[in-house]
Amino acid sequence: MPYDSQRRKNSVAERGRQMNRGKYEIVSNKPLTKDIYEMKLSGETSHITAPGQFINILLDGFYLRRPISICDYDDKTITIIYKVVGQGTEAMAKLAEGKYLDVLCGLGNGFDISKSGSKAVLIGGGVGVPPLYNLCKKLIEEGKDVSVILGFNTESEIFYKEEFEELGAKVYVSTVDGSAGTKGFVTDVLKDLDYDYFYTCGPMPMFRAIEKIAATSGQYSFEERMGCGFGACMGCSCKTKYGYKRICRDGPVLEREEIIW
Amino acid sequence: MVNTKVNLCGIELDNPVIPASGTFGFGYEFAELYDINCLGTFSFKGTTKDSRFGNPTPRIAECDSGMINAVGLQNPGVEKVISHELPELAKCFSKPVMANVSGFSLEEYAYTCEKLDKEEQVGWLEVNISCPNVHGGGMSFGTSPEAAAEVTKAVKSVTSKPVIIKLSPNVTDIVSIAKACEEAGADGVSLINTLLGMRIDLKTGKPVIANKMGGFSGAAIKPVGIRMVYQVSQAVKIPVVGMGGVSTANDVIEYIMAGATAVEVGAANLVNPYACKEIIEELPAAMAKYGIKNLNDIKGCAHNG
Repeated sequence: MPYDSQRRKNSVAERGRQMNRGKYEIVSNKPLTKDIYEMKLSGETSHITAPGQFINILLDGFYLRRPISICDYDDKTITIIYKVVGQGTEAMAKLAEGKYLDVLCGLGNGFDISKSGSKAVLIGGGVGVPPLYNLCKKLIEEGKDVSVILGFNTESEIFYKEEFEELGAKVYVSTVDGSAGTKGFVTDVLKDLDYDYFYTCGPMPMFRAIEKIAATSGQYSFEERMGCGFGACMGCSCKTKYGYKRICRDGPVLEREEIIW
Repeated sequence: MVNTKVNLCGIELDNPVIPASGTFGFGYEFAELYDINCLGTFSFKGTTKDSRFGNPTPRIAECDSGMINAVGLQNPGVEKVISHELPELAKCFSKPVMANVSGFSLEEYAYTCEKLDKEEQVGWLEVNISCPNVHGGGMSFGTSPEAAAEVTKAVKSVTSKPVIIKLSPNVTDIVSIAKACEEAGADGVSLINTLLGMRIDLKTGKPVIANKMGGFSGAAIKPVGIRMVYQVSQAVKIPVVGMGGVSTANDVIEYIMAGATAVEVGAANLVNPYACKEIIEELPAAMAKYGIKNLNDIKGCAHNG
């Protein structure tokens, strides 16, 4: 199918999307592994329009917000999963239940589930796994056959395997050291799977490996250092085959056909 | 009732609050959130003759009470700004807009300003002279009084709209540059642009930003902006637009006391997209708190004693 850049560009304008800025209460904040945390926030979620969108969190003592992908949501709760990688996420990990956070909610252009065929594969690497969870839920609700490949370095880093299984997905795990699942990388699982569309989120080396062997169209969710998170500062721009795009607003999800590697 | 109106180079503003170039795009992202007609005006994304992608990413680094950006003037080029961005802007903004212009040679500055001069929506031309000067052998237009005067003259000769020259703080003597612009015919000056800064990632031992250095802005730079507005506004007769770290109504009052006629708000828009709306709403109460009935009454009051 030829790539229709116009349709995708218009989709944002047609929705007239507005983010929400509000106070969100921390309902829970707990470690899933040594440095991966799951936080549940209570507040307005009506501005979330697709899986793969993100929220941008203001933390006391830090100037810029922290953009974190939405793992799951319902009509009043948002689940995010984040990795402690710097001072901001270190501070986040210490936040207690009951505290309110200033959050911009419903940011970005998420995964387009209308493009999946009947057999989708979702490929997550490390802290790239979380946004695939709500995507998996949505695809299964639509009656799709969903396979999920979760890639980690080692067994102790694995999270959300059971959660994906409970949704009804076929879950495969790869670990670099072979301590769980297939030894190697997500591509060592992907090469033997039967699928007609893929969605992925994870580190760039994983993306490059997938790009080499993927058999179908698909969507990649990118990460970049952001200023604002809503399209104003042009801090996170990238070049695509269809012009310059902002990872925060036109992305973070880009389609395989438009990406310049 | 307090009076928040100010006059900037012959055009009256309902209030002195102006989102700064590069932090407000061409307005739409914010018009989705609130009616941007509440603004005094806004300075649109720095526009050049040709379209530019800008610098490689990462282009953003966080700092204590501020941020560094090295976007590098990403913009669609003046033709597209006129054919696409201005008509789109007309749908959500009915006031005169401030056109921010950059260039890499005198000819480019003049070309872009001449094009924008013909646009009815454009109220002022804000000419950014702190970008590298490829034309003059790596010097910056904004770092020498002579070069600043040359740009001012080049631009003034192609437009009848008020020309505001946006000055760099990364200079030995900003006052002499402001005076050179005034003598060359500038209708106003705006300051300060960002301060050249740098962050290093301790894990990699390398600069965070791909371009290595970038412009430092945010709350942390306010004292520098206040000081420079205080100095420049005493040395020139043309209006001074103050900026640097403005995030509250009190900051607006402080800049006007330092000698600013109007005030631009930059990085604060990126952290709180409602920053300008909130500042405008808070301004009357902040004025009342300090017994200020009219902003013009306090302009430059810090100069006396």
